[in-house]
Order: sequence, then structure tokens, then C-alpha cells
Amino acid sequence: MIRLSRHHTERIVFAVIGLASVATAVPIIIIVSSIFFSGAEAVSWQFLLEMPRDGMRSGGIWPAIIGTIYLVVGTGLISIPLGVASAIYLSEYAADSYWTRMIRLAIVNLAGIPSVVYGLFGLGLFVLFLDLGSSIVAACLTLSIMTIPVIISTAEEALRAVPQSFRVVSVGMGATRWQTIRRVVLPQALPGILTGVILGLNRAAGETAPILFTGAAFFLPKLPNSIFDQTMALPYHLFVISTQVPEMPITIQYGTATVLLAFVLIMNILAASVRSWQRRKREW
Amino acid sequence: MSDEITFQIEQLNFYYGNTQALCDVNMTVLPREITALIGPSGCGKSTFLRCLNRMNDTITDTRISGSIVLNGQNIYAPNIDETELRRQVGLVFQRPNPFPQSIFDNVAFGPRVLGIATGNDLHELVVQSLRAAALWDEIKEDLKQPALSLSLGQQQRLCIARVLAVTPDVILMDEPCSALDPIATNQIEELIQELKEHYTIVIVTHNMQQAARVSDKTGFFWLGELIEFDETTTIFTRPSLQRTEDYVTGRFG
Ligand SMILES: Nc1ncnc2c1ncn2[C@@H]1O[C@H](COP(=O)(O)OP(=O)(O)O)[C@@H](O)[C@H]1O
Ligand SMILES: [Mg+2]
Repeated sequence: MIRLSRHHTERIVFAVIGLASVATAVPIIIIVSSIFFSGAEAVSWQFLLEMPRDGMRSGGIWPAIIGTIYLVVGTGLISIPLGVASAIYLSEYAADSYWTRMIRLAIVNLAGIPSVVYGLFGLGLFVLFLDLGSSIVAACLTLSIMTIPVIISTAEEALRAVPQSFRVVSVGMGATRWQTIRRVVLPQALPGILTGVILGLNRAAGETAPILFTGAAFFLPKLPNSIFDQTMALPYHLFVISTQVPEMPITIQYGTATVLLAFVLIMNILAASVRSWQRRKREW
Repeated sequence: MSDEITFQIEQLNFYYGNTQALCDVNMTVLPREITALIGPSGCGKSTFLRCLNRMNDTITDTRISGSIVLNGQNIYAPNIDETELRRQVGLVFQRPNPFPQSIFDNVAFGPRVLGIATGNDLHELVVQSLRAAALWDEIKEDLKQPALSLSLGQQQRLCIARVLAVTPDVILMDEPCSALDPIATNQIEELIQELKEHYTIVIVTHNMQQAARVSDKTGFFWLGELIEFDETTTIFTRPSLQRTEDYVTGRFG
């Protein structure tokens, strides 16, 4: 057997690692660019802002866009306060006990549950048991259950990254614990918390399974009037027009995929810029 | 008379869980005096200091007995507001630890949170505190510059200004110079002498010359006990215990 010099080994390892990263990047680039390329001609102001016509075979996707915005905003309203409050409790107040360890374990495991399970859980709890029906509010609650663990774990990590000495200084000057959290800890942790929030809501924006049984409509001739109505949503609409409607023009499918992808991409860019802002800000 | 005594500490015992960190400590701290605390590492100096403004309350599983009377009031009495106590008895730490904000925001932090001053009053208070901490002349051109761009010595004086801004009566310092070079140390020592005019100061130090130079009284801690407490000149020239003499002359550390 030939013995390679350290030098050669080094080169081979780098080449393999480099190839691996190219291999992961290439499919993503191909998928994204082919969708954008084919979808670009379909996307226009009419496409974005008009109601679907002709059994969704022409017209726009406005109700799906507005529906996804409703779902993301509603999910944010529920999951941000709950998630951040839980993270503050776990990081700042809770002692390291059996119970808090169980809670953390539960949070980690919740993040790994397939989204269809959340959908079925939401159907059972919110739609049927709490009798909310298939509605925006039931869908938002279901998406929140899925989003909250993400927000809790990232926010807790961000809170723990704030140096203990800042808390000690603040309390040492006569601030209460809550004043310390509000005036010192939260501002320092804010970028990290925002990153978690955006990542969590991003997932909520893109998932179909959790809203399938809890609030998404196949087709609605008008926009929802209240949070107890069903709504159309981008990911489910894409699923519907790709698989459930015969003779669907492919440009509309590509157009819808482009819009959904752009939505998610914008949120991701937002998260990335918040992270770099955080890195610049964190000087300790 | 109690109003001529700042701290009257009697039979103070302190425990972390089952470990006793302070054992029957008795001490009297007089107003406008500098009290230095010396002793080998781990002998309880920091623990003692944190008892004086109840910062030990924030550590779980601790126990305290005995009494600490501040200006006639037992600070561990149930009716004491510990946040007001901590405003009154400020703490300066070993490592300079300004917030990653501007100089102004650092000094304004306490007054803002505690609602001591706003607007012009706040600005005035910040300027006064920076002057009192002997930092004003070096940074007056730009109060908006980040605190972390200052040198370590300046950062430590900023931390002192930050404490002064909440108008305390007593300032506790836990080895405030141990992270600083000799010049910065010298500046802090001069500052401590100036602060003595208005504040009662208790300072922990590892530096014997520092204790000898700046303090009026010196207490020598040994394994959680205050084994000797006297005028600084006495401690450094003719201490009553051999152990004290060995320590201050550097025969063991
Ligand atoms: N938070 C804590 N929990 C448990 N033990 C502690 C804690 N802080 C200090 N101790 C212990 O108490 C003793 C005194 O420590 P300390 O007051 O820091 O001494 P010094 O400041 O004189 O070096 C040491 O034995 C130390 O290990
Ligand atoms: Mg110490």
C-alpha cells in the first residue's frame, strides 16, 4: 500500500470536503433557479393581486398570499409572546430541576416531530374538541404548537449568551430582576431571539400538513371575513393546483412556487441579516 | 452612637450549602473611612463584601446568621427593600464590565432604570458622576463613543462612575485593580482617595502596598474568620498576630 504524505492527505481531504459542499449546493441552485426561471413569466401584478378564475386555471393567487400572511401573523401573535416568555422563564427564573430538564427534553423532541402529526393533533384538539372548526384560528394555534419549540430553544440560547456579569451589575445597582431582564438581558439577546422567531415563522409559512385539516381551504371565492373562516394558503394552494386540478397550466404552478419560494427566501435573508447585525453588535 | 457608624457587623456567619464561608465576623466600618480587606484567596473576602449589599441573596442555597446594621438599620430585617439597599451600597467588580453601549448610556443606566433622573437632570448627573470618577477630562469630547473602546483602566473608572450615578453612600470594591496595569492602578488609587471625601469605602485587595497606601483600617481574613482588624498602620507595623505579620510581609500568600 502506498503511504501518502501528510501533504497529499491534506489535499485529498480538502477535495472531498469541497466536493461534498458542491454536491449539496448544486441541487438547491438547480431547483431554485429552474423554478424562478419558469415562474418568472407567470408572476405579474395581476397574478399576485387577483382572485383565481376558471377553477384556478387562470387569474391570480391573491387569496393564497393574503391567507399565508394571515397565518404567519396569527401564528406570530400567539407563538412569539408564549415562546419568548417561556424562554425567559427557563433561562432567567427556573432553577435547574428535574422538571425544567423534562421541559427542555420535551422542547427538543417537539422540534423533531413530523408536521403531519401536528396537523392531526390540531384537528383533534382545536378543530374538534375545542370546536373551533376548520378555521384560521385553529390553523394558527396548530402552527404555533409547531413554532413555539423553535422559538423557545433559540431564544433561550440567546438569553444564556448574555454575560452573567451584566445581570450582576444591574441587580447590584438596585434594579429588580425583571428590570434587569427588560433593560439589560432582552436588548442584548434581541437579535438572537429575532433570528429564532423568523426561522420558526418561516417554517409555519411553508408547511402544508399542519393546516391541511385545521384551516386551509381548497378554493374560496372570496377572502376570509373573520378568524373563524377557512383560508387559502400558498403551500396548500401549490399542492392543490399541482395534483388536484386537471388541465392546470404549468406556468401557474411555477408562478405559485416562485412566490412561495420568494416569501421563504425573503424571511431567510431577513434572519441572516439579523444574525450578522448581531455578530457586529456583540463585542463582549 | 449608631449614626456615627456606617456598618456594624456582629457575629456574621455565612454558608454555601453546608460549607461555612464566614465564621463569627465582627467589624465596625466608620463613615468616610477606607476599610481594606486582605487575606489569601478563598478566605471569604468577596463573600463578606457581597453580604454588605445582600448580593448573596441572588445565589441559591446560602444561609446567613448574625447581624449587619447599616446606619442603624439591620439590612437583613424583613422590612428592608434590598433594591434600595443595593442602590445605597454600590459594588465595583474585579474585571471592568461596562455594557456594550456608549459611555453616556452606561452611566445613565442606573438613574434611568431606577427613575432617579431624566432629561437635563440626567445629563447633569452623568457629567457629575464622570467627573467624580476622574474620567471626564479624558472623554468629555465624545460621550457617545462605545464604552468598550476605552482602555481597561478607563473602563474601570467608567464602572465606578456608573455606580456613583445612583448616588450611593457606600462603595464596595472587590479587587478593582487586579486586571489593571500599574499606571491605571495608580489612577484608581488616587480616585479612591478623592472618593473618600464623600463616600465610605470597603475595598478588597491582594496588593499589600495598596492596602497600606489607601486605607484607614485593614482587616485580615483567614479561612473565613476576621482574625485581625485594626488601624492600617498598626496592621502593617506591629500586628498582634504572627500570622498577620507573615502575610503582610509576604512570607506566605
Ligand atoms: N457561589 C459560591 N458557591 C459555593 N461556594 C462559594 C461560592 N463563592 C465562593 N464560594 C466559596 O467560599 C469560599 C470563600 O470564597 P470568596 O469569598 O470568593 O473568597 P475570596 O474572595 O477571599 O477569594 C471559598 O472556599 C469559595 O470556594
Ligand atoms: Mg474574591
